[in-house]
Amino acid sequence: MPVPSSLSALAPTVVVIEDEAQIARFVSLALEGEGMVSHVAGTVRDGLIAAGTRQPDLLILDLGLPDGDGIVLVRELRAFSDVPVLVLSARTQESDKVAALDAGADDYLTKPFGVAELMARVRVLLRRHARQDASSRDGKVTVGDVEIDLVAREVSRGGEALHLTPIEYRLLSVLIRHAGKVLTHRQLLLEVWGPAYVEHSHYLRIYMGHLRQKLEADPAQPQHLLTETGVGYRLVP
Amino acid sequence: MPIDQRPDPDQLLAELKAEEARAQRGRLKVFFGANAGVGKTYAMLVQARAQAAQGVDVVAGLVETHGRLETQAMLDGLPALPRRAMPHQGRTLSEFDLDAALARAPGLLLVDELAHSNVAGSRHPKRWQDIDELLAAGIDVYTTVNVQHLESLNDVVGQLTGVRVRETVPDHVFDAADDVVLVDLPPDELLGRLAEGKVYLAEAASRAREHFFRKSNLIALRELALRRTAERVDAERRASGSATAEGRVMVVLPYAEQPDRLVRHAARLAGRLKTDWFAVLVESPRLSRDAAMRARLFAALKFAESLGAETATLPGRDVAATIAVYAGEHEVSTVIIGETPRRWLSGLRSGLAERVLAQAPGLAIQSIRVNAPERAWWPPVDLGRRSGGMLAAAIGCGISSALLVPLSKVVELPNVVMLYLVSVLLVSVRFGRTAGATSALLSVAAFDFFFVPPQLSFNVSDTQYLLTFIVMLGVALTISQLSARLRFQADAATRRERRTAALYELSQALAAALTHEQVVEIALAQLAPRVDADVGLALPSREEVLSHVGGAPVDLAVADWVFRHGQPAGRGTGTLPASSAYYLPLAAPVRVRGVLALTPRGDWQPGPEHERFLSTCAAQIALALERVHFVEVAQEALVSMQGEQLRNNLLSTISHDLRTPLTVLHGLASTLASQPLAEVSQSLAVQLVDETRRMNELVANLLDMARLQSGEVRLRRDWQSVEEVFGATLRAMGQRLAAHRVVLAVPADLPLVEFDAVLIERVLVNLLDNAAKYTPAGSTITLAARAEPASLLLLVSDTGPGLPTGQEEALFAKFSRGTAEGSIGGVGLGLALCRAIVHAHGGTISAASVNAKTNDEAVGAMFTIRLPRRPPPALPNADPDFFASPPEAA
Repeated sequence: MPVPSSLSALAPTVVVIEDEAQIARFVSLALEGEGMVSHVAGTVRDGLIAAGTRQPDLLILDLGLPDGDGIVLVRELRAFSDVPVLVLSARTQESDKVAALDAGADDYLTKPFGVAELMARVRVLLRRHARQDASSRDGKVTVGDVEIDLVAREVSRGGEALHLTPIEYRLLSVLIRHAGKVLTHRQLLLEVWGPAYVEHSHYLRIYMGHLRQKLEADPAQPQHLLTETGVGYRLVP
Repeated sequence: MPIDQRPDPDQLLAELKAEEARAQRGRLKVFFGANAGVGKTYAMLVQARAQAAQGVDVVAGLVETHGRLETQAMLDGLPALPRRAMPHQGRTLSEFDLDAALARAPGLLLVDELAHSNVAGSRHPKRWQDIDELLAAGIDVYTTVNVQHLESLNDVVGQLTGVRVRETVPDHVFDAADDVVLVDLPPDELLGRLAEGKVYLAEAASRAREHFFRKSNLIALRELALRRTAERVDAERRASGSATAEGRVMVVLPYAEQPDRLVRHAARLAGRLKTDWFAVLVESPRLSRDAAMRARLFAALKFAESLGAETATLPGRDVAATIAVYAGEHEVSTVIIGETPRRWLSGLRSGLAERVLAQAPGLAIQSIRVNAPERAWWPPVDLGRRSGGMLAAAIGCGISSALLVPLSKVVELPNVVMLYLVSVLLVSVRFGRTAGATSALLSVAAFDFFFVPPQLSFNVSDTQYLLTFIVMLGVALTISQLSARLRFQADAATRRERRTAALYELSQALAAALTHEQVVEIALAQLAPRVDADVGLALPSREEVLSHVGGAPVDLAVADWVFRHGQPAGRGTGTLPASSAYYLPLAAPVRVRGVLALTPRGDWQPGPEHERFLSTCAAQIALALERVHFVEVAQEALVSMQGEQLRNNLLSTISHDLRTPLTVLHGLASTLASQPLAEVSQSLAVQLVDETRRMNELVANLLDMARLQSGEVRLRRDWQSVEEVFGATLRAMGQRLAAHRVVLAVPADLPLVEFDAVLIERVLVNLLDNAAKYTPAGSTITLAARAEPASLLLLVSDTGPGLPTGQEEALFAKFSRGTAEGSIGGVGLGLALCRAIVHAHGGTISAASVNAKTNDEAVGAMFTIRLPRRPPPALPNADPDFFASPPEAA
């Protein structure tokens, strides 16, 4: 459904790379229902061309494409663009998801998914992207009822200072920097502990437990520091 | 330029390997004495007791006390192996029981009398071979030996004392011992002990006393023992410097009585010079005619091999040149040659030593006088063949005469001589030396009778002809000798070529084999006609059990020994020589692949050449078997890989084909639900979404079950926090638990546990889903975890109606449900899947109804998952406080 060009300048542009026409159709419908512009590509080749020429604000990518692996597309895309990428994949493909995220994808959605879930993710990614572009921050972030001052490196809840160890703080700040995005175990270990520790995932479990104890109201059922089983973690402010 | 002093890497590697082999081998300690009565056994027992006191498992395998009480007393308290009763010529002898010793496998075994010869019918003819097998099995051994039993000193001791012992030990056994303890006693004390009757004398005591125990003998023997020990110590001291090529020794086996004497001499010389040595046999036509000599020389060659020599048989046209070339090629500096006393005719030629020296002036030659073999004037030869030769000589001569007589007027006498010589040549080429010589004599006689005037008479008118006769006879004999030798060499070359061709054909044929069966078939077909023996093959099964696979029958007990030790055995070897066949291991680079058994069809004396041919054949067969084996391994791997690939492809295709419409359905239904619709349509759309989700769960369970059952699921085990997994599970359940109260009970100090979080989450989701489905709204569902020393318990319990009594186990079967025809959806695959996942983790899952103690009514179901657990890895380094704020109160 062509959209008038005058509108497209304001509306976010989304490239949907999906070979199943029916899925592509309802995704497009949902996007356009929110006033976005969508372009559908069915192959890795067309997807890359669309990503290069349409100046998209977001890419929605199915991992299983007829002419190649979606992960390859992410890798090639990252060579010239930092546009957010939302990956669609089946549940049993945890290792594919991790590979796609490590290659530079920002988030994933497991099939089958509802329109509401899809649009929630899309909005988060678009917002994140826009904020990054604006790069206007006062250095203060709120996660639930906890305030983090990234400039003063202070964490407090209701005005009362919270005590964090250096590693806990570093872990939290990495998660905040990528708020809304899924970070794989590997990415977190790399950023917080360094390249020698990427296999030490038990460090992550322990420190994530500590952080939840300090930040979450109910550490067993976290609302902000979410577990993406088999993949990694995500901070939802 | 400095000389490169760095060690050769290959040599270092070889030394390392040897060291490794030594480390696995048992250690041999030899208690060495000058003669009987010096107290070797006693000394051995003293040290053995000391070892036992240190906790070593010492067992007396065989200790001869000869009834001496003090020795007997030393044995008290040491466990002893029972001896094996062996029937021998109507008597029963008690022998050392090798198999019992191997089975007992003590830390240290005492076996007296290293030089002992075993009773016929034992596995090895000699005890030192038994001990070698014990050492190979990693058992340490203490043993005793006297100096006169050492092979290389055997004849020296014999000459010194006039008493020759038959039981000998090869020097390499003595030299390879890890420790040698010299047990020394001054001759006077020994004689004193002898007088007191403390020395046991095995043989006729009086003779021994007279000859052996003379003081001069004892002094000489003591000196020998001391010197031999000193040599060993010296060798140990210089062990870093390996044997040098310089000064290598070579012995040429003489066609004489007692070639062993020369071999011993060479072994002693090489031992003193610490060099490699060679024993060679030059095969000449003469040897091929004398079967007894041939056998004796081959035995000597084998003897030399047992003393550590490298042996070779060389084809020899010119013996001296052959020796010179071989010596040059192998960097030999000293050649030992046996010279027989000159006889009247050979006195004209120079000796072999001189001839070798002429060819290779740099060599040092030791010429040793040996006795010429006693033999008949005419060596015994096959009469049939001989008479055939004689007949041929007569016929040849007759034909020549018959042709020449009519022409006697035309042909000059010198030409007649020439024509006779041609017949001599032809006869000797075809029928050998004897026929040639006969032909020569007959020709001279015929020439005299038919042609020399007066004709038809043996009278000679002109004495000039006498010279003609002599020259003719000389030439004819020389021709017959030369041509016979030529023929022999041609024969030898043909034999060699035939072997080479046989090997070539064998390798060609084996190269085409694709299966074990083909290799066996080809090996049997190719070998049988070439080795003059019945060939049998035994190959191991997958369980390493040998079985006969083709050809002549195989004694599997012998074959098994050969297979496990990788050494030949059976007829003509040092192991189980009583068996009728010769057994060869099929040794390939990786391992022994089978056993080849050769049962000789006639009189069979395999020379070294023949043995080498056989072992080369065996190696070819082994290589073929190994190649076939690896081809099969590769094929199996390929098939299983393809199978796995196929299954995976099939599963992902089904998964994709089922999920795509579900995704579309779900997406469209949720699109519809999000539209502003009438209330009825809205609720229908929501129901549609719900059903699609349920459908998806079902498909997911089915596919997971298929994956788990195909055995291709690779667990992605990782260290997990149970609390985190519970949290993720609850989030995945979403609205499904909205109507229930969920209680989490996770101890704060629960350690990390290793499992596949995705799969365990599937288990928990299924259990919670069941709990949500089968309990009324408002019930409480409890998720609890508990760590036990070696396992983790995960408990899911509810306050619902409980489980049907007696059916707790049946629930986990596929397609079973608690209530037979309930209104609640599901095909009962969930619990089966749970069990499959938990089993894949090596854990267990069980179900039970929980009964309150106050009343008998079930108050809910409880599912217990038990996962194996090991201690978690070390925690990260201390993370010091970063913020200066005071520690938290909570």
